[in-house]
Amino acid sequence: MIEDLLYSSPGWTNVGIFFLLGAALLMVVLGFVTYAILAERKVMGFMQLRHGPNQVGGRWGLLQTVADVLKLLLKEDTIPKLADRPLFILAPIIAFAPAFMVLATIPFTDRFQFADIGVGLLYYIAISGLTTIGIVTGGWASNNKYALLGGMRAAAQMVSYEIPLVMSVVGVILLAGSLNLNEIVEAQRSGWFIILQPIGFIVFLIASVAELNRAPFDLPEAESELVAGFHVEYSGFRWAFFMLAEYVYFFAMASLTTVLFLGGWLPLPFLGFIPGAVWFALKFSLVIFILIWFRVTFPRIRADQLMEFGWKVLLPVALANIFITAIVKQLFFM
Amino acid sequence: MELLNLYQNNYLIVFVFLCLGVILPLVALYLGKLLRPYKPYDAKYTTYESGIEPFHDSRVQFNVRYYIFALMFVIFDVETVFLYPWAVAYEKLGIFALIEMLIFVLMLVIGLVYAWKKKVLKWT
Repeated sequence: MIEDLLYSSPGWTNVGIFFLLGAALLMVVLGFVTYAILAERKVMGFMQLRHGPNQVGGRWGLLQTVADVLKLLLKEDTIPKLADRPLFILAPIIAFAPAFMVLATIPFTDRFQFADIGVGLLYYIAISGLTTIGIVTGGWASNNKYALLGGMRAAAQMVSYEIPLVMSVVGVILLAGSLNLNEIVEAQRSGWFIILQPIGFIVFLIASVAELNRAPFDLPEAESELVAGFHVEYSGFRWAFFMLAEYVYFFAMASLTTVLFLGGWLPLPFLGFIPGAVWFALKFSLVIFILIWFRVTFPRIRADQLMEFGWKVLLPVALANIFITAIVKQLFFM
Repeated sequence: MELLNLYQNNYLIVFVFLCLGVILPLVALYLGKLLRPYKPYDAKYTTYESGIEPFHDSRVQFNVRYYIFALMFVIFDVETVFLYPWAVAYEKLGIFALIEMLIFVLMLVIGLVYAWKKKVLKWT
């Protein structure tokens, strides 16, 4: 049915159906965000020998995030007098829209995917870069010193780590010979890229944590020095959209890591009877857990260390990885 | 024709996702407007500055280092624009393109080493 739809000539019916399906995905993602926040707080709680949320919604705090969201919805919305009003309103939307857009190309299983475009990986990287603009806009429009500093830091950090991120996947592209995410997964039938590209994977993981603005790279919102960074002046649902964008990227980045390095929906050997969706969910959850673990383990690094690490360590390593991969492929696989 | 339709439909989905990404904040903020209280007074609308009266505009001239990082970003991002097609077509291009790409990257690495020696990467 969907096949026929994809091959039919595009029109308003198609837009309508795609819209409904996309809205369904949006709901799933919002559900994920709700429980990812809860899971993060719970896991952090257990790692720090405390309970985490355990009041709202039973012993596991299952309704805690729902209650938080409802509370945010009822918060008064204040826009400071000195702020640049149109930009202030626009910034959360600029930050959020690309976060959802990148999900369009991610293949969850071999059948469950929205847009199967030839340049899927490039699309992801290009679109995800746009969120920086939203963050800088928010920081600048607030007309607040902390917010401006946070926005500037976010820009510097995200452009610095964008480069190792982009370069670490070149190794994957070299091996797969395609930018299409489906073909990248198919190319991993003989071996996942985490085994063939261990250096690329480590660089990608570190750079992706920095792109997600999560601890230990959460300098743009370092609460101990910048209060809350670029979103100091935001309140209520406008603030919620910055947070939502962050967690939707969390979802997207974990999916992308799964697709690029952990073989997407492909099963482990001899376990092919378990459906691909389960495999994807397992690997995805593992990546999410590792990212939460990262956050609990490492202290926030200093701004100068952050920059030096990105340019002096990650970039040369990523460049070396590209050429080692290319030479190895030239010598042994061609 | 069929393939063209497939191609167009896939980009239509991307466009629909863009629309959804814009609509959700608009709808949520509009719903919030119906629900949330509105009790303005002057003190609420001042800029936050740790409790003291904010003095002068916060959009001051900024540390030039950010600008230098932005320049470096542009240089290396353009490099990746060249690396991507090369990586995709690597199997067809072979050893000659590999050597060409090595020379190209080497030149940029010289630039990085220069910036390193000039202490551009040091944040002090």
